[in-house]
Amino acid sequence: MPTFGWRQATRIIVLMLVTFAILFPLSATVLGGFKTQGDLTTNPFLFPRNWHLEFYHGILVDPDFWRYLWNSLFISFVTTLITVIVASMAAFTFSHMRFFGSEYIFGYLLMGLMFPFAAAIIPLFIKVRDFGLVDTPWGVIVPQVAFGLAFSTLLFRTFFDELPRELFEAARVDGCGYARFYLSFTLPLSTPIIATVATFIFVGSWNNYLLPLIMLNSSENITWPLGMLQFQGEYIVEWNKILAFVTLSLAPAIVFFLAAQKYIVAGLTGGAVKG
Amino acid sequence: MTTADDHITIRPPSAWQRMMANGQLRMLVIFVPPAIVVFTIFVMLPMLQAGFFAPYKWSGYGPAPWAFNEDTGRDFGTWIGAQNFDRFSGHSAFQTAFKNTILVIAVSLIIQLPIALLLALMIYNNSRINTVFRLIFFLPYIMAEVATGLIFSFVLDGNYGLSKWISDLMGMEEAFFPLAEKPWAFYSILAVIVWKYFGFHMMIYIAGLQSISREMLEAASIDGAKTVQKAVYIQIPLLWPAITISIFYSVLGGLQVFDLVMPMTAGGPSNSSHTLVSYLYNFGFIRLNVGFGSAVGVFLFAVGVIFALVYRNTVQRGQ
Repeated sequence: MPTFGWRQATRIIVLMLVTFAILFPLSATVLGGFKTQGDLTTNPFLFPRNWHLEFYHGILVDPDFWRYLWNSLFISFVTTLITVIVASMAAFTFSHMRFFGSEYIFGYLLMGLMFPFAAAIIPLFIKVRDFGLVDTPWGVIVPQVAFGLAFSTLLFRTFFDELPRELFEAARVDGCGYARFYLSFTLPLSTPIIATVATFIFVGSWNNYLLPLIMLNSSENITWPLGMLQFQGEYIVEWNKILAFVTLSLAPAIVFFLAAQKYIVAGLTGGAVKG
Repeated sequence: MTTADDHITIRPPSAWQRMMANGQLRMLVIFVPPAIVVFTIFVMLPMLQAGFFAPYKWSGYGPAPWAFNEDTGRDFGTWIGAQNFDRFSGHSAFQTAFKNTILVIAVSLIIQLPIALLLALMIYNNSRINTVFRLIFFLPYIMAEVATGLIFSFVLDGNYGLSKWISDLMGMEEAFFPLAEKPWAFYSILAVIVWKYFGFHMMIYIAGLQSISREMLEAASIDGAKTVQKAVYIQIPLLWPAITISIFYSVLGGLQVFDLVMPMTAGGPSNSSHTLVSYLYNFGFIRLNVGFGSAVGVFLFAVGVIFALVYRNTVQRGQ
């Protein structure tokens, strides 16, 4: 019985307008990479008069471009791996053991959820410098792990608490220790939450700008957001090259993130609606 | 009750012995410390140190501002008490940055959240076309801020983009560069913030709306409730927990806006578009005024944590 009334019409118009507002700058970016400077000046948003592939090609053969992506990939991957391992181990203990002060220790970790991370960047920089990690990937990885722990441990623990207790008791009767249980029961049963946490941490690390900006400085080590701004600094008015660079560095992430959207949303609401 | 047989009772193992026997202690020693140590060293200590560094003038050279430098015969830093706080609170660029940050939060709450809620109400039902809309609306959120900032620097560039187009349409003689004009630079950043983050809040609302029972809405329909009435009297009140969460994220996120500012304006023109964090970065980190930057950090920390504590204990109490 959906009647096509004025309400339905407004709804569709609003949705189309928002869609347009989102896709318009993005399509201008993708198309801009195919235009010459002259074309871009007179025709910034629509299809190029002639399709030029050389700007995209120039970036694809630029070893710097690939190095930025590789650095980001390495940092994001290692950050995610360590965060998942460390946070799930801690959450497993909090979920299975009540020892003196355990809730306080858990609460101590959760304090990280309300800290504005940027407040401590200067002492954090000095700390990382004193460890000799400035301008190395680890100078970004370790603080990222530290700041992701509160959120990740909370999500893991909420999930572990809901796994059936009987399973654990049965395994114990058969002589299965905690570590074995963690490896061969808890982790395999927790793939949804591992995917959620991993995706969330990965996205955060991949898009992170402030921390790499503070910690990395040599062009050998910088991640793609820094590389992109460096590229913009070099070609300051050549927007067609910059737009091609933006398109190429955003594309793989967007494809991956849209595919993993389910997990990103689960992370947003899992940590939130229950918190 | 004591009897003569008591001397052969077997004492139950103490809690300690039980822990040793079934491997709990080993787990405690291996599983928890990595998280606690990393969190303490790289989150808690820097937060505390911001407080310790704040009363010093220190360039960051040496282990700590209060450490003794044998080469110069003086400490590495100089104790200046509350001067750093006086300096930034009297600094016009800081006042602007603070005002801008408040503006970000206000715009998030007053403009962005209602938009997100309205759109969520439009597309929360699972249909194929709604899934497509959701995917598109969520797209800006997963894009890196820096890339978003660059894209909009192009769109708002007076020689190329939207702004040239509009100024041409209106027959203006000179190109208009919103990112280089004083009130417009920060308004542009605000617009991009709404563009980028409404999808995030919309997704929180959609998850909330989908968990509201269908029976209740159907019952309301049978009683003759219209779409708007259902939204106002059933869906939005039941969505309140989700709304409180999105308000929390808006405020804590709004306090920390930085990534978008750098590619769009880098704080300019003449320091008019700084946020608290970009101010901290520019005047604390770049100039290596460790004490000064730490003092600004303490301010940011205090605002964030006081808000979080008050909010958790009032608005979010019992949730």
